[in-house]
Amino acid sequence: MERIPILRMGQFLLVTIQVDMHDRLALTLQEDLTSRITEHGSRGVLIDISSLEIVDSFIGRMLANIASIARVLDADTVVVGMQPAVAITLVELGLSLPGVRTALNVEKGVALLNAAVASSGAMLEVDDADGED
Amino acid sequence: MLTARTERIAVRGPHDIVNVRQVVRGWCLAVGMGLVDLTKMVTAASEIARNTLEYGGGGALTIEELRDGVRQGVRLIFEDQGPGIPDIDRAMTDGYTSGTGMGLGLGGTKRLVDQFDIASTPGQGTRVAITKWKAR
Amino acid sequence: MPATPSRRLPRVLDERFDEILAAWTKEQTNGAKPGTASEGDIRARCSELLSAMRKALASSGADDVQGPAWAPVRDVLQRVSFIRAQQGFTPSETATFVLSLKRPLFEALRASAGNDAEALATDVWGATEVLDRLALFTAEVYMKTREELIARQSQDMLELSTPVVKLWEGVLALPMIGTLDSSRTQVVMESLLQRIVETGADVAILDITGVPTVDTLTAQHLIKTVTAARLMGAECIISGIRPQIAQTIVHLGVDLGDIVTKATLADAFKLALSRTGTTLVRSRNGANPTGSLTTTPR
Ligand SMILES: Nc1ncnc2c1ncn2[C@@H]1O[C@H](COP(=O)(O)OP(=O)(O)OP(=O)(O)O)[C@@H](O)[C@H]1O
Ligand SMILES: [Mg+2]
Repeated sequence: MERIPILRMGQFLLVTIQVDMHDRLALTLQEDLTSRITEHGSRGVLIDISSLEIVDSFIGRMLANIASIARVLDADTVVVGMQPAVAITLVELGLSLPGVRTALNVEKGVALLNAAVASSGAMLEVDDADGED
Repeated sequence: MLTARTERIAVRGPHDIVNVRQVVRGWCLAVGMGLVDLTKMVTAASEIARNTLEYGGGGALTIEELRDGVRQGVRLIFEDQGPGIPDIDRAMTDGYTSGTGMGLGLGGTKRLVDQFDIASTPGQGTRVAITKWKAR
Repeated sequence: MPATPSRRLPRVLDERFDEILAAWTKEQTNGAKPGTASEGDIRARCSELLSAMRKALASSGADDVQGPAWAPVRDVLQRVSFIRAQQGFTPSETATFVLSLKRPLFEALRASAGNDAEALATDVWGATEVLDRLALFTAEVYMKTREELIARQSQDMLELSTPVVKLWEGVLALPMIGTLDSSRTQVVMESLLQRIVETGADVAILDITGVPTVDTLTAQHLIKTVTAARLMGAECIISGIRPQIAQTIVHLGVDLGDIVTKATLADAFKLALSRTGTTLVRSRNGANPTGSLTTTPR
């Protein structure tokens, strides 16, 4: 079956959505992420949507669902790279994803997750070598 | 107002929603619509296509390229022969859903397009027409 | 409608091509705007159109000037009206390019019709119809080009009038001055969001100190922009809300929600710096009494 790949980055999971997903595929992603979080005890999920040309209410709801499920499993979710036109459209549609954290790019998303994990007391290392500091 | 071209595509299964988005994108590009307007129109198409499939039991989309003087636009007409909507005002209200959605599809779509018309007869079906003009 | 002259018109064009071309070119150069096109240019374009018309007439007749056979004709006209629109010709001056063909063409038709008055009437009628349709097409292209030109110019002006400036690494500011109507707000907001992506800025300051009033629609645009920026992963701070605007916002029942506001651009800047991990310290050595900025690594 067709699936969106989920990458493991230390304590985090990274999903890069590059295709126009049909609804079934979106639901499968939601299920896959849930099981991977528990399997690896992941502390954070990064969803990179910078290649997505639209986010409708269905995908919006999926993003919100992933964030709340992850929350229950003690992981933070960051949606990364939403395009301006997509953001403008979502706001007009009436969807502002209040429970979802966002970042401009993956690097900033990782920083956000690191800060969240650090403030919750745990320590971790991420094999992220391209940060200047 | 003039209809320059038209095309009819099926809305029968989940893959058709993806197809609708891609075909509508092509039509919007063809009239030279800007990125934000195009994104709004494709999103609107996705919402109504899903309603047609989920509540209307499937149907068809007619796409029209419109010309009004020098103005250009795209009109989408979704039709199904499903159960219809008993109370349109209520269905249009943000937050109302008879299913598991967020009830944003209809109300949100109306905000995304320049013209929105809905007609529905219980027991016979639903027709939603949306138009977006290329901004000048 | 009289019988279509489709057979005679192309034949006359064929037989009297040079004669018609010469007369038409002369009409054009007589009424030409000084300094816009040389006689050679005019002649070349007239000749191009005449040949295209001759082919189109021969292959599909005169009825369908919007059809595929007439595409090369429309192509020439499109170019002519595009150039004229940019050179500042009026719509009627532009349509004259086609309409001035009437006289030379009618004269040629009359010369070839001999004594057959009925045939001449039919031919003239047919030729008039074709040329009028082509003139209309030319005028439409002209209008469209002009409108696009004007739209582009006003868009450029809008963007120039409200530049997005980079205040600091990771901090953008958009100082807005003058009345904010909803279309201006929209353009400005879209360019702000675009700049956020390009620069990777974490914070954007919308400074409306220079804005006298806002209406509901504009206030809502501002709020939508802040929400859209948040969805993209950037924070917006609105600064410089005048007391009167604050009252309007409350009065209109617009909910600013959890949008961060600051009294002045300076206050907003300070907040922005702290959000991006930069602190403001007062210099102690006296060399720089006004204070200096120091970046501290996160
Ligand atoms: N084609 C249709 N046929 C029958 N009923 C419809 C149709 N389209 C919409 N409806 C009714 O209108 C209601 C509102 O539709 P709307 O698209 O606004 O919300 P939703 O589909 O329930 O949720 P969302 O679109 O946010 O996922 C639906 O729940 C459904 O009852
Ligand atoms: Mg819906």
